[in-house]
Amino acid sequence: MSVMKKLVLHAISIVVGAIIVVPILYGVFAGFKDNGQLSTNPLGLPSPWVFDNYADILSSPIFWQQLFNSTVIAFVTTLIVVILSAMAAYIFARFAFRGREVLFTLFTLGLMFPFAVAILPLFILLRSLGLLDSPFGVILPQAAFGLPVTIVILRSFFRTIPAEIEESAIIDGCTRFGFFWRILLPMARPALATVAVLAIVASWNNFFLPLVVFNNADLWTLPVGVQQFKGQYSEDTARILAYVTLSMVPALAFYAIAERQLIGGLATGTIKG
Amino acid sequence: MKQNSGPDRLAIGLFLAPALILFMALVLTPIALAAYTSLYKWNGFGLPTEFIGLDNFERLLGDETFIGDLGRGGLLILLSLVLQLPMSLGLALLLNQRLRGRAFYRLLFFAPYVLSEVTTGVLFTMVFSPSRGLFTDVLWLADPDTVLYSLFLVISWKYFGLHMILYLAGRQSIPKELHEAAETDGAGTWETFRHVTLPLLGPTIRITIFLSVIGAIQLFDMVWVLTGGGPVHASEVMAVTMFQYGFRRFEVGYASAISIAIFLISLVFALMYQRYVLKRDLEGAVTSR
Repeated sequence: MSVMKKLVLHAISIVVGAIIVVPILYGVFAGFKDNGQLSTNPLGLPSPWVFDNYADILSSPIFWQQLFNSTVIAFVTTLIVVILSAMAAYIFARFAFRGREVLFTLFTLGLMFPFAVAILPLFILLRSLGLLDSPFGVILPQAAFGLPVTIVILRSFFRTIPAEIEESAIIDGCTRFGFFWRILLPMARPALATVAVLAIVASWNNFFLPLVVFNNADLWTLPVGVQQFKGQYSEDTARILAYVTLSMVPALAFYAIAERQLIGGLATGTIKG
Repeated sequence: MKQNSGPDRLAIGLFLAPALILFMALVLTPIALAAYTSLYKWNGFGLPTEFIGLDNFERLLGDETFIGDLGRGGLLILLSLVLQLPMSLGLALLLNQRLRGRAFYRLLFFAPYVLSEVTTGVLFTMVFSPSRGLFTDVLWLADPDTVLYSLFLVISWKYFGLHMILYLAGRQSIPKELHEAAETDGAGTWETFRHVTLPLLGPTIRITIFLSVIGAIQLFDMVWVLTGGGPVHASEVMAVTMFQYGFRRFEVGYASAISIAIFLISLVFALMYQRYVLKRDLEGAVTSR
């Protein structure tokens, strides 16, 4: 590659990188400013640095409560969706029976049902089940809507495990359940990690469902909390941006840890699915 | 595959039942429920009693906001196809070059994807704030003529990294020999792109188009947080209209009809796309193999 071409490619990358970074840095720095500073100097470094916005949020229980709620809901949702999907994917990958393709197609059709379509009837259904203002009112629908993509990815992974392994396990006296639990799942650890990461991100970012299900502020997750915080402090831009910045930290930290599973999962899930 | 004996049938039932029950109860039942309530005039309280047939759907076809939603959704899709996807493809090919720091660039470009639409939306309402934002003196969100383009910018900011990652994965699965052969045959950069890279990326491109369209059809969070659909419906999309009727005005029957319309639009699009566009691909997002 010529030096000239290299320079151009770097220049493009740096410009695109700046488009990504500048809004985020604007938010981070705005949290260290007061609103006066933000009006006169929106882009530059804070001067002086104001720590009140971040300190107030971190010392009040609200942010921590929402962080806790988001974490618990993401964790339980992921646990349910991965276990149920692994069981179903095992059947779809390994057994021949009448109606298998119909059932599998039914699940894949679910890939096209976004929350937007189902949110209103789901709300009515959850209300009649008494699940409004219960964490399970968000966890169970999230798990249900997560099944299709998880089953599709796990099924294609389970298919790559040679049938001989299962046959010899059965001959050695292993039950179907024993094979699934003690041999298949441990072998599928990378695929399970991938689908778990996808489920965690989906749950973490969900807004529509907790917005309509949780009336009780003690149950709000971070996305709902951020939006309500914005409504509550509408004129206090610096404080809102401090809240936005703090709510980005866990997501970006998780991305730093699970980047490989996330990117690998999206690539296989959408292309090979 | 072997024939199933009795214990196998038991295993099939036990392993499949939990997922199937959850899926039927919370994904399929709501769709059926919406289809039912869309035939009623109903405020959402008590049981629906006032059966009005297809009146809600008739009203929908004459509803200027809903018709406008279709146009705005179409424009967002068009902008994605002509701007966002080609740009993502370009960046993917750029990051496929042996460039120092490309792993870092890739990590950076994809980062917005992990932020929620709400966080992104609130951040950008402030970035676009006329008094305290990055570009004062420009009415990004308050002007009905520009708001949809501002919305598109934010959507692209968040999602171009996803498409880029998919193109990059697709590009890296093309065997090296093909590009080497083209080079040996004296093909230039453009010819190689046009006749080798692009056709072989076809399946990936078709999937990303599918994801863009489905994403636009179901768009809600970002719009709700960024503009609420305003000013005067200028950035409203179908899901926002549905939310307004269903959760604000308590016209639940009518809102159910909008839900069903969104559902039918996604379903028809997905089936047609699968039949006419994805049929050439061995592996597609919604095909079973």
